[in-house]
Amino acid sequence: MGEMRTTIPIGPYHPLLEEPELFRVVVEGERVVDIDWRTSWNHRGIEKIAESKTYDQVTFLVERICGICSTSHPIAFCNAVEDLANIDIPERARYIRSIIAELERIHSHLLWFGLAGHYIGYHTVWMWVWRYRELVCELFEKISGNRQSYAMIKVGGTRQDIKEEDYSYILKTMDELEPKMNMFIGAVLDDPVILARLKGVGKLSKEDAIKRCVVGPVARSAGVDIDTRRDYPYAAYDRVNWKVITQEDGDVLAMAVVRLLEILESIKIIRQCVEKMPQGPIEVEVPEIPPGEGIGVEEAPRGENFHYVRSDGTNCPARLKIRAPSYVNIPSFRSRFIGERVADIIIILASVDPCYCCTNRMVKVDDGAGERTLTDKDLLKLSWEETERIKNKFRGCKRSKLLE
Amino acid sequence: MAELNPVQKVKERFPERIIELWEKSPKRIYITVGKEDAKDMVSYLFEDLGARFIIMSALDTRPGIEILYHFSFDTLSKIVSIRTLVPMPFPEIESISLIIPGAEYIEREIYDILGVNFRNHPNLKRFILGDDWPEGEYPLRREHKGQFPYRTEEEQELYREEIRSKWEK
Amino acid sequence: MSNSNNHQLSGIKKWGFKKSPWVFHLSTGSCNNCDIEILDALTPRFDIERFGILLVGTPRHADILLVTGIVTVQALPRLLHVYEQTAKPCLVVAVGTCPCTGGIFDGSYHHVGPLDKIIPVDVYIPGCPPKPEAIISGIVKGLAKL
Repeated sequence: MGEMRTTIPIGPYHPLLEEPELFRVVVEGERVVDIDWRTSWNHRGIEKIAESKTYDQVTFLVERICGICSTSHPIAFCNAVEDLANIDIPERARYIRSIIAELERIHSHLLWFGLAGHYIGYHTVWMWVWRYRELVCELFEKISGNRQSYAMIKVGGTRQDIKEEDYSYILKTMDELEPKMNMFIGAVLDDPVILARLKGVGKLSKEDAIKRCVVGPVARSAGVDIDTRRDYPYAAYDRVNWKVITQEDGDVLAMAVVRLLEILESIKIIRQCVEKMPQGPIEVEVPEIPPGEGIGVEEAPRGENFHYVRSDGTNCPARLKIRAPSYVNIPSFRSRFIGERVADIIIILASVDPCYCCTNRMVKVDDGAGERTLTDKDLLKLSWEETERIKNKFRGCKRSKLLE
Repeated sequence: MAELNPVQKVKERFPERIIELWEKSPKRIYITVGKEDAKDMVSYLFEDLGARFIIMSALDTRPGIEILYHFSFDTLSKIVSIRTLVPMPFPEIESISLIIPGAEYIEREIYDILGVNFRNHPNLKRFILGDDWPEGEYPLRREHKGQFPYRTEEEQELYREEIRSKWEK
Repeated sequence: MSNSNNHQLSGIKKWGFKKSPWVFHLSTGSCNNCDIEILDALTPRFDIERFGILLVGTPRHADILLVTGIVTVQALPRLLHVYEQTAKPCLVVAVGTCPCTGGIFDGSYHHVGPLDKIIPVDVYIPGCPPKPEAIISGIVKGLAKL
């Protein structure tokens, strides 16, 4: 017989967004027993559409695979086409691509922090972090004209230049962000409640990380030292100094630490790129794409982005295969969820930083016997209650005002 | 790990089974094998040489469906892709999900959009297309026009009525 | 498609609807750009909560339905279901170019059609993504029509 089995449909990625049962988790008593998932909600047939668009149009198309990592896909696609046709882009274009990619990494990690804070019950954190994310969005608007989907990258270089008078604005934004981030990191890593809440939760071992082929911060937090910017250098990453951040534990806290420290590394990279930016053209002329195939890889905020392009000599790709990082990161749930408590489900789900639109939405179909159904609102509530319970244990300890 | 040359190792291990080996550049290598040898080569790269599995890609070409398995040797900065051809009209190949658990979902996706059957897959069912997508229509095949299957206005209205009636019950 | 959102409101109901509209947000297959801009409207910079606009978790309590994304084959049943559940009268707002026309995904095999072929739409806010100011302005214009 055993304990009562409950089926929990887990909905949205955003707490305020309702989607039909994205996950269904089978729970016995307080522990997770099984999980399955399905995707289709966001499947827009992008790979087929790309076969009828020209190479220039495809950069606009792939930008809209995902709003949060909207520069990563064009860079990976352009890397693939440039690999196919052996195109060497100018130096200035390399530095501009690095600056845009790193700014996007900062904005994506800050977005994740806001949501993670909300999921464990720190609503001030959400508002505070997103307020600083606005600085990055405004910077993007100044450089490229749009807060998201910047349309800066094209095959052969970049579409727009970063003007000299904008350099000081970029450096000013970095100077404003850095002390805030340092303060935030200090507050998070010193807080006993967060450490108690997140340490040891949703652990992924190094062997499982390798078996499931995970990438990005998920892999680096489990001790797997991979980073596409260092292993397959593109743009200007081999021309500036920075380091790859790894942790050993593989739990939610380790992932948070990796992301936090990566923001600081990104600030470092952007400063160096602005300083070293060479003069020169921002693009090379690409008269035609010969028949052949090319592979482009790129480090998106969530991990390695992979594009495969096959050309038949016409001006449209014959085949475009896109693999976003979340495609391999999300199935790692199977290793992380089993045995965890219901109250931790939502933070484990969020910790992988799943970009559902990149992965075409996750939906779960499960046929466990269910007698009561908990919604995602119930799960959020459970998570918040757990945090309150831990806060009570540490009442009286010195804590940052931000995390009250 | 000692410095290894994956191309050399693969040539030593499978001397007769490689149909073509193309080193496009030091970082991009393509190896063509027959469809029955793909699984062994995948297993060798993943288990013996320790490569990271990136993804599979598949495309519909004139001779048949071409399937590529992409692997990355991160420390050596090399991507090795194994290419194999699966002939039509009933494309099928051995699944690699039992060797590489991370390949389970991409095989389901290829099954959905191209109709390739993966033998011995633990859970081969619909993954990426909608529940209401008609069986037997494979959107990424060359002959498929890439259109929404319910083409005329009447068909679309009937389809919407059908959905309404399902949850009104 | 005829407009059947039934906007015949009078007196105090109209005042309540206009003064404190509750919003339900549904994504039918979007890239999340528009969804983030809608969430951004809640952050301190734009802060629509001070206008009484509140995001709610269920369509039954909603006065305004914000729809983003192209309508995919898989999302269509859910969209119809949510629309039927939403209390009428309601204001349906298509946020972004995707529900207005399909945008760059028009013609895709998984794209059912523009939103107004499926449910009646009151406000169209084009943009890819539309800025939070545009979203707020669109909602306010829609409310003023009532």
